[in-house]
Amino acid sequence: MKRIRGAVLAVAAMASGAMAADFDYGLKPVEVAPGTYVFEGRTEDFSVRNGGNIVNTGFIVTSAGVVVIDTGPSRRYGQQMRAAIGRVTQQPVVRVFNTHHHPDHFLGNQGYADVGIEALPETVQAIGREGKALTENMYRLNGDWMRDTEALAPRALDGVGAARVGDHRLTLVPRSGHTAGDLAVFDETTGVLFAGDLVFYNRAATTPHADLAEWQKSLDALERMPFKVLVPGHGPVVRDARAIAQTRDYLAWLAATLRKAAERGLDMNEVMALPLPERFKGIALADVEYRRSVTHLYPALEQAALGGAR
Amino acid sequence: MRFLAWLLFALFLPPAMGATPAGDPLGSARWGDMRKLFFPDARVVFDPRVQVTAPAVAEDPMNVPVKVTVEALGDVREVVVFADFNPILKVLSFTPGKARPALAFRIKLQQSTPVRAAARTGDGVWHVGGVWVETTGGGCTLPSAGRGEAGWEKTLGQVSGRVWEQPAGGMRVRARIIHPMDTGLAPGIPAFYISRLTLSDEQGAPYMDMETFEPVSENPVFTFDIGGGSRPQGALTLTGVDNNGNRIDGRIAP
Repeated sequence: MKRIRGAVLAVAAMASGAMAADFDYGLKPVEVAPGTYVFEGRTEDFSVRNGGNIVNTGFIVTSAGVVVIDTGPSRRYGQQMRAAIGRVTQQPVVRVFNTHHHPDHFLGNQGYADVGIEALPETVQAIGREGKALTENMYRLNGDWMRDTEALAPRALDGVGAARVGDHRLTLVPRSGHTAGDLAVFDETTGVLFAGDLVFYNRAATTPHADLAEWQKSLDALERMPFKVLVPGHGPVVRDARAIAQTRDYLAWLAATLRKAAERGLDMNEVMALPLPERFKGIALADVEYRRSVTHLYPALEQAALGGAR
Repeated sequence: MRFLAWLLFALFLPPAMGATPAGDPLGSARWGDMRKLFFPDARVVFDPRVQVTAPAVAEDPMNVPVKVTVEALGDVREVVVFADFNPILKVLSFTPGKARPALAFRIKLQQSTPVRAAARTGDGVWHVGGVWVETTGGGCTLPSAGRGEAGWEKTLGQVSGRVWEQPAGGMRVRARIIHPMDTGLAPGIPAFYISRLTLSDEQGAPYMDMETFEPVSENPVFTFDIGGGSRPQGALTLTGVDNNGNRIDGRIAP
């Protein structure tokens, strides 16, 4: 028995090695509601090992074609994702949304160039402004997985709110807080809420473009929606509001901790050394993301504590 | 933090650089040049009492927080801070007066590099400590953010500071100065930076004397600590000058 298990492990190790060499993300759609699928990424940081597959993307099969929510971190991901969708349904892809401008959510756009991709105007602008730099950084972090990936900008949505696609009644929810433009997609027909990066679960929230107060308002708005399934931008899919509660709790702690530190006159390195509460220990990368967030958010709070001109 | 820096060093340095040049604990290929440049003919020792704190990975290469303390050393006459692989090596130097021999600030880094502090003691020996900081880089060749805003020169040199009473009887002083701190490496923008700063009390007693250079971050924030036995009479002043002759004259009330 032991020997068989050993052999199985060896074969599995060889297979995963081969997959890496082929730059195959091994994308497996998981059905979270009728006709609704999620590709769940790892709760890790970008690396040459995971090729940037740390993000949740998804799609909805309607009677009038497939709706895609986010396209992943690379051209290869976008193309492999579309191929995986083709193994689930013969329906064509008819609408593609980028939830926001972070590179793991839109750099697969090349896989859907023929369909056309839509996003909030703030997202379109941010990709125009930062897309090239974001893409270059992803090459540095993920290596050859990124080959031939370019920042293909989406076009601005014609409108938000109710949007029917075939037999599915969708609501496009324009919010902000994680970035200047965060699009959530709610499928009223199935009760699935694609929250984008407004919600993280068991993976620490990232804040390079965050406005924490706006983000909290957005979480309140999402919580009021009658969803049955919530797909966070990162981390496992849940069937209740626990992921919203966790994101809210972490962001509230982060805001209060940084504000208090600025009022106490702490230097940035001292703030980075503060301990995280026990309840966040189970959240992947909480230590790392907390220190990154100090860099993103502390200077403004420090300035407020010191007074004077900006 | 130091362990992380070591780990990064071990993971990322090419093997050829692994043989520590002239005993440098950070294994930097530039150490020999640094030694010749900053301490010609002087005795140099690596000393754990020279503590440099910085994140192992810099999230923002234009704002890398650094804290230097040499409190454990005693009889420190001068401290020099530099980064081996920066296009402009010297970040700043300071001479502690009545303030404790510690200083926190933020710097710009162009690529991954050791960030070091060297303290000269009364016997003429330089004591060196430091950490590796990994960064995506580019911090020195980008224009300062304030340059993009109209009217930035109106607030040039403004000082906003605050004093915090410490439980043990000492004081912490933090001050921010509005200045672009241009390196001269961004296209079309000449070097423009604060070159001298002095923290004193109203009687003119010196607390900290600093020479600053281009790699100090835009709108620099400095953190000083003052022991309970060295409390100033009245307010503190932060005065100085930039390389174009603009004066800095700030008052920090307790």
